[in-house]
Amino acid sequence: MQEADIKFLEDSFKKYYFEHFDLIRVPERTFEREFGYQKFNSGMTRHISIKDDKELHLLFMQNIPSDVYCSNAYYSFPNLPMNEKDWKEADLIFDIDAKDLNLSCRENHTVSICNECKQVSKISEHCLKCNSTKIEKKSLPCKNCIDSSKTEVSKLSEILIDDLAIDQENIHVYFSGNEGFHVYVHGSQFQQIGSRERSELADYIMFNGIIPETFGMKKFKPNRSSFPDFNEKGWRGRFSKQVFSSKSKRSKIISELLVNGYSSFQKTLDNVSENIGVKIDPNVTMDIHRIFRLPGSINSKSGLTKILCKNLTKFDPYSEASFLSDESVEVFANCPIEFSLKNKKFGPFINEKVTVPTFAAVYMVCKKLATIA
Amino acid sequence: MLALGQDEIAKYPFLADAGQYLKDKGFTLEQFGSDPDLKQLVDKAFERIRVAANGKIYKSDLIGDQVSKEAALPREVFSFLLAIVLLKLSGMHTLIKRFALAEARRAEKYLEKDLANISDESKKELAIRIIDDLFSIQVEKLDDYFVIAVSDYLKHSINFHEREWKLINRHVENGQVFLTPHETVRLIRKELGTYINSKIINAKTPTMIPGFEDSVNKLVLLSKKFITFTVTTGEYPPCIKHAIEELEKGENLPHSGRFMLGAFLLSKGQSVEQIAPLFKNAPDYNERVTLYQLNHLAGTSGSGTQYICPSCEKLKTQDLCFAIPECDNIINPLQFGKKRK
Ligand code: SF4
Ligand SMILES: [Zn+2]
Ligand SMILES: [Zn+2]
Repeated sequence: MQEADIKFLEDSFKKYYFEHFDLIRVPERTFEREFGYQKFNSGMTRHISIKDDKELHLLFMQNIPSDVYCSNAYYSFPNLPMNEKDWKEADLIFDIDAKDLNLSCRENHTVSICNECKQVSKISEHCLKCNSTKIEKKSLPCKNCIDSSKTEVSKLSEILIDDLAIDQENIHVYFSGNEGFHVYVHGSQFQQIGSRERSELADYIMFNGIIPETFGMKKFKPNRSSFPDFNEKGWRGRFSKQVFSSKSKRSKIISELLVNGYSSFQKTLDNVSENIGVKIDPNVTMDIHRIFRLPGSINSKSGLTKILCKNLTKFDPYSEASFLSDESVEVFANCPIEFSLKNKKFGPFINEKVTVPTFAAVYMVCKKLATIA
Repeated sequence: MLALGQDEIAKYPFLADAGQYLKDKGFTLEQFGSDPDLKQLVDKAFERIRVAANGKIYKSDLIGDQVSKEAALPREVFSFLLAIVLLKLSGMHTLIKRFALAEARRAEKYLEKDLANISDESKKELAIRIIDDLFSIQVEKLDDYFVIAVSDYLKHSINFHEREWKLINRHVENGQVFLTPHETVRLIRKELGTYINSKIINAKTPTMIPGFEDSVNKLVLLSKKFITFTVTTGEYPPCIKHAIEELEKGENLPHSGRFMLGAFLLSKGQSVEQIAPLFKNAPDYNERVTLYQLNHLAGTSGSGTQYICPSCEKLKTQDLCFAIPECDNIINPLQFGKKRK
C-alpha cells in the first residue's frame, strides 16, 4: 500500500478510535489475556499484557494500529513467550465466514487484483492483462452472504443451547468486521479442554464423521425401529426433520432407505451434512492460543468495526458497523462492483476519479480497489 | 481414600495402601520369603505377572463377585501386592506396563458388573465413586443409562480411533453423553491402566528379600521375551525409537508421546513436512490436528516459540522412557549420544 493511502487510513482510524473509546473496552479478566496488534505494512506484535481501558486506549493512540487482537485464552503470564505463559483455559470460539459457505453469489461480487500490474478483473485464477498468477481476491459481500452467515449462526446457537446446555446469555455473537461472525461462549464446561477435544467438538457441530449406525442403519439386518423419531433431541431429531420432512412421510422414507441399503445411506448422510451441519472453521475453534480481533476495533480488511450483534435477525453490518466520518475525499477508484454503506449506494467505478464520503473511501482503499487521489 | 470392604479390596486391590494392608493383617514381607506356607503366595504372585505378560487376564479365585472361600480374600490381595514387590525388584518396565494393563482389564470387568448391578445399590454407588475419585468424572444414572459431561467424555474419547466413539455418533443431550455401563468403563480403560502403572512406578523399591530371588530372576528372564528393539548407539535414544516403532506398527501413541517425538525431531532440525508422515499410521490420524500440533510445537503458528523436548525425568513419569545404559548421566533425550562421563 502506498504512503498516501496508509496515511489516509491511519488518520481515519485514529479519528474513530478517539471518538469511540466507549466501544473499545478491555474484556473481562483483562490481566490474564494476551493482546497483540498490527500496524499498516508491518508485522504482528504479540505477547502484550494490558491492565485496563486506559492502557488499551493508550496503545491505540500511540500506535494507530491497523488491527488489534486479544486472546480467548487466559494465562498466568500473558506477556511471556508462549511456552511460559501457563495456559489456564480458553473461551470456546467459532468463526463463521461467508467465504466458506460455497455461495453462488460469490462470483458476482469477487474480483481478482493482479499483484504485478494492479489490474482489477472479474474473478479468475490469472491476470487478464499480464497473465500473472499472483492474484489477490477481494470480495464485497452482499446481503445474501450476510443472511447465509446469520443462518449458520442460528444453527450453531441451537446446538450450543439444546445439545451442549450452554446458557443463551453466555453466547455472544460479533460481526467480524468483514464477511462473517465470531461466536464466543463464556464460562461453559468446555473452558479447559484442549485442542484435540475442541476439534472433536467442531466435528460434532459440523456433522462430520457420522456413521450410519448412529441413525439406526446397520450393515446386517437393519431394523426400522432403530431409526430416529421426529421429536428426538439432538442430531437424531434434526436428521429426522431434514430427511423425513414430515411425520406422515417417515414410515415411507424409512422403507426406501432400507431398500437402498447401507452404502447409499452413507451418501444420504453426506448430502444431509451439507444442509444441517454448521459451517464453522474448525481450525479456529481448535486453536487455543490464537488472538482474535478485539471487539470495538476496526477490521483493516474493510474499515468496518467488529461489534456485538444484540439482535442478529435485524443486524445490518453495512449500516451498523460503519462508524467512520462522512467527510468527502477524492479517490481514484477501480471498483467494478456496486456496494452500499450507511444506506447509500456506491459504484461501480471504472478507473475514475470520484468524490465519496470517508467511510466509503476507506472501504475501497482497504479492499485495494481505490487509492487516494 | 475410599473405605473398602473385604470383597472390594479383592476386586480392586490397587486401591489398598500396600504397607498398611500388610501391617493390618500382621505380616511383614520377610515372612513371605521364609515361611513355606506363605511362600506359595509369592509363586502365585509370579503367576499373576506371567499371565499378565502374556496378555491374558488373571483368573482370580473370586466367583462372580463373591469370594470362593474366606481364606481366598487376603490371598487375592496378597498376590497382587507381592506381584508389585516382585516387579519393583526386577525393575522391568515392560513387565510393569503389561501387568498394569492386565490388572486394569480385570478391574474393568468388576467395575462394569458393579455399575450394572440393579439389585445392590451400594455396588453401583461404589463403582461410581471409584470413577469419580480416580478420574474426576462424575457419572450419573439416568434411566437405563449412565451420563457424563460432554467435556469429560471428550477428554477420554479422543484417545479412541473407532468412529463410533466420535461425539457425533453419541447420544448427546443437555450437555451430557449417554453411555451403557460397558461404555462407561471402556472409556476409562487407559486411565485405569495408567493409574495402576503409576502406582507401581511410584511404589518404593524394597531391598532384596531372602526367598524372593528365584521369582525375581525368572521375571528378568521373562521380560527378555518382550524387548523388541535392539540397542545401537549414535542414533536416536530408546524413547524416540520406541515411539517411532509404535507409530510404524499403527499403535496409538499417547499424546505425550507424540509431543515428545515431534519436539525431539524438530529440535534435530527436521521440518514439519518431514515429520507429519510419521503419524500417518496412527489409528486416529487426523491431518488437521497433526499439522496444527506440529506447527504449534515448531512455533510456526501463533506463538513463534519453539517447544523443547521434555526431560527424561518427565518422560519417565509418562511411561515413555525405556532407558538403556547409554542413557546414564543425561537429563534430556536430546543429549543422547553426546554427553559421556
Ligand atoms: S533416559 Fe532419557 S533418553 Fe533414555 S530412554 Fe529415558 S527418556 Fe529417553
Ligand atoms: Zn497483471
Ligand atoms: Zn454474496
